[in-house]
Amino acid sequence: MRLRKFTIFDIGKNRNYFSDDLNKFYIKRISRKCYLPANTKMLELIKKYEGEFRISYSITGILIEQLEKWSPEALESFVKLVDTGCVELFNETYYHSLAYLISEREFKEQVKLHRKKIWEVFGVRPKIFRNTEAMFSNEIAKIAEKMGFRGIIAEGLSHILGWRSPNYLYTSPGSSIPVFLRNYKLSDDIGFRFSCRDWEEWPLTADKYASWLSMNEGDVINIFLDYETFGEHQWKETGIFEFLEHLPKEILKYEHLEFKTPSEILKKTKPVGIFDVPYISSWADVHRDLSAWLENEMQQHAFREIKSLEPVMRKRKDLIDYWRKLQTSDHFYYMCTKWFADGDVHKYFNCYETPYDAFINYMNVLSDLKMRAGIKC
Amino acid sequence: MIRMKVLMLGWEFPPFSSGGLGTHCYYLTKSLKEKNTQITFIMPGGSERIEPGIKLITTGSMRIIRLNVTLKPYRPSLSREVKIIASETPKEVYDESFFSNVKRYNELACEIGLEEDFDIIHCHDWMTFDAGVRLKKETGKPLVVTIHSTEFDRTGGLSVNDYISHMEWYGMFHADKVITVSNYMKKRIVEKYSVPPEKIKVIYNAVNPEEFWPSEIKPGFDEKIVLFLGRITLQKGPDYFLEAAKLVLEKEKNVKFVVVGKGDMLPSLIEKSLQLGIINHVFFTGYQKDIKTIYSMADVYVMPSVSEPFGITALEAMSSGTPVIVSKQSGISEAVKHRLTVDFWDVKELANKILGVLRYSPVKNELSKNGLQEARRMTWDRVAEKTLNVYHSVLQYYM
Repeated sequence: MRLRKFTIFDIGKNRNYFSDDLNKFYIKRISRKCYLPANTKMLELIKKYEGEFRISYSITGILIEQLEKWSPEALESFVKLVDTGCVELFNETYYHSLAYLISEREFKEQVKLHRKKIWEVFGVRPKIFRNTEAMFSNEIAKIAEKMGFRGIIAEGLSHILGWRSPNYLYTSPGSSIPVFLRNYKLSDDIGFRFSCRDWEEWPLTADKYASWLSMNEGDVINIFLDYETFGEHQWKETGIFEFLEHLPKEILKYEHLEFKTPSEILKKTKPVGIFDVPYISSWADVHRDLSAWLENEMQQHAFREIKSLEPVMRKRKDLIDYWRKLQTSDHFYYMCTKWFADGDVHKYFNCYETPYDAFINYMNVLSDLKMRAGIKC
Repeated sequence: MIRMKVLMLGWEFPPFSSGGLGTHCYYLTKSLKEKNTQITFIMPGGSERIEPGIKLITTGSMRIIRLNVTLKPYRPSLSREVKIIASETPKEVYDESFFSNVKRYNELACEIGLEEDFDIIHCHDWMTFDAGVRLKKETGKPLVVTIHSTEFDRTGGLSVNDYISHMEWYGMFHADKVITVSNYMKKRIVEKYSVPPEKIKVIYNAVNPEEFWPSEIKPGFDEKIVLFLGRITLQKGPDYFLEAAKLVLEKEKNVKFVVVGKGDMLPSLIEKSLQLGIINHVFFTGYQKDIKTIYSMADVYVMPSVSEPFGITALEAMSSGTPVIVSKQSGISEAVKHRLTVDFWDVKELANKILGVLRYSPVKNELSKNGLQEARRMTWDRVAEKTLNVYHSVLQYYM
């Protein structure tokens, strides 16, 4: 949900925080380049392999809202996929937010809101949980278990795993909920390196990739990607759709490889060890922690401000949705100065010229929200 | 390694000069000297009184020949009786003596240059081009020219002097290579002077960290300070500065707008601040020789130039740990990342950004910290290195 350009002169006057134009533009673009063609392909493959090809998706509440508004055809295609019975959906926080860092209560509420939305639109109740950007810790696992989830997603951090492989289920201290670890090497081979000509494995063909998978030891290989890989991060011209086309066939050639959804995996596979993450980790950036959103003074200040509004917002049904939309991790990501000078890969989606502009814009919006809530700035 | 010998035609060193040209010449020369280059530098006298004849200074491998020609790189300040009114046909405002001084400088420079021994000629801006081209023709040595600004930038396109822009073309045409201070300038040169892009090398300006660093000195009052520092002339957009000031003051009363510098627009600027009703919040300090601590005292430095080939002052501010808001129509906006930019005419957005920096201290702190680091990477040594590469690439063809 991109913010509109909101200047200091808009505070107290303009009540419209979110840019319909920008959001419409991005949603339409991504539907055209990714969701529609990729979903069509996935549907084809599911039918072709008669149920042997299975996938999972994690679709946030605000994305569903945006699709409802600007690309109902794309939403419809997701519904069709879920209806095949070969597709599992995960639960997220409704607003793709840092809600867990706001409070446990806010986190739980956003998870419940998402659960409700998924039920309304898809008619399913997700059993697997994935926090925003795979934010994970022992505590988060505990809470997810208490909320009734049967599995949880985390980044396969090598510094936690050590010599151990991400290709098994683990549990975290304090809970027994199985943790699915993303195999980031194999996932990023497609997600990041697919079209990289300098990569020694370029070009990546489906049969080559399948052979790598076949040589991996373990119970389960979790290939988790940004869906936008198919058509956006990797443009059509790179051959990503052809790769996708051939992938199931090549993988299914191997007797010991099969596609399964997480719930199905849970039926047969048990956790084999402990995955101890006392501090919150994520899949973001090379650091795989919270630094993509909370590293510099601007991000920390903005987050503290939004967090401090919780008590007031709980009493304002008319404002709480705005408050929650302002918790979306993207806003903080845009304020990141870490890679700024190097020409950030996410600039493609960043409508701000600099992280400083992102911060000023956000703070102006926040000032207006505070004013509406009767808080003196 | 054989020492390279450079004959440089350029400008009086600070503090006798005004503007980035003098600073550039001084630091470039100094850094080149440290890279085993021998420089003979022929410059006109600035405001210094010199005896008739030629003043010769030899300092190791650098000889500075200061001619008895009074010349400044910029359009002289207008007397009160003469005003340029933009709506009327622009009038020529250079007086006779200015162009005759240019001529004299070039004649003398050529005479002296012919007696010097050098491998390459390097000229800075149009006033030196006549001599530079003549020297090239007479000695057969290659010529490099640096364009620091063009008539179009200096006049905002309003009253371009044909002779000057012709000289600019003339020098670039005969040069073996053209150096300029930004891609913004390179584009202008390609478009307005039909110079092929392959001939132009962009080398960004730099800043000396020993001259500009965050100082602890604080002003005597507690209002926030928004700083404008530069020539008070059309090109620098001081009128936009004031218009933004008015908008800022509508939201925030505790702010002072400080204008440091002199120029032809100063009287009209003072009048404007009266008209806008903000005179109590605007300080005109006049020209200040020592500006080292001024940047540090400001909460934000604003450079709303209509057209700025580079904008060294913004870099000086960054080097002093002060956040900068610069015009998009400038070289510096492309050269650095840790800055805020604005279209020079967009006073509302300029006010928005000023208020953003003043109100939200985290953005001020981050811009200050990151801007400082970035400014530290823009060294004159780097400029000299790149300039030397240009010399080498040109001399290759002459071997």
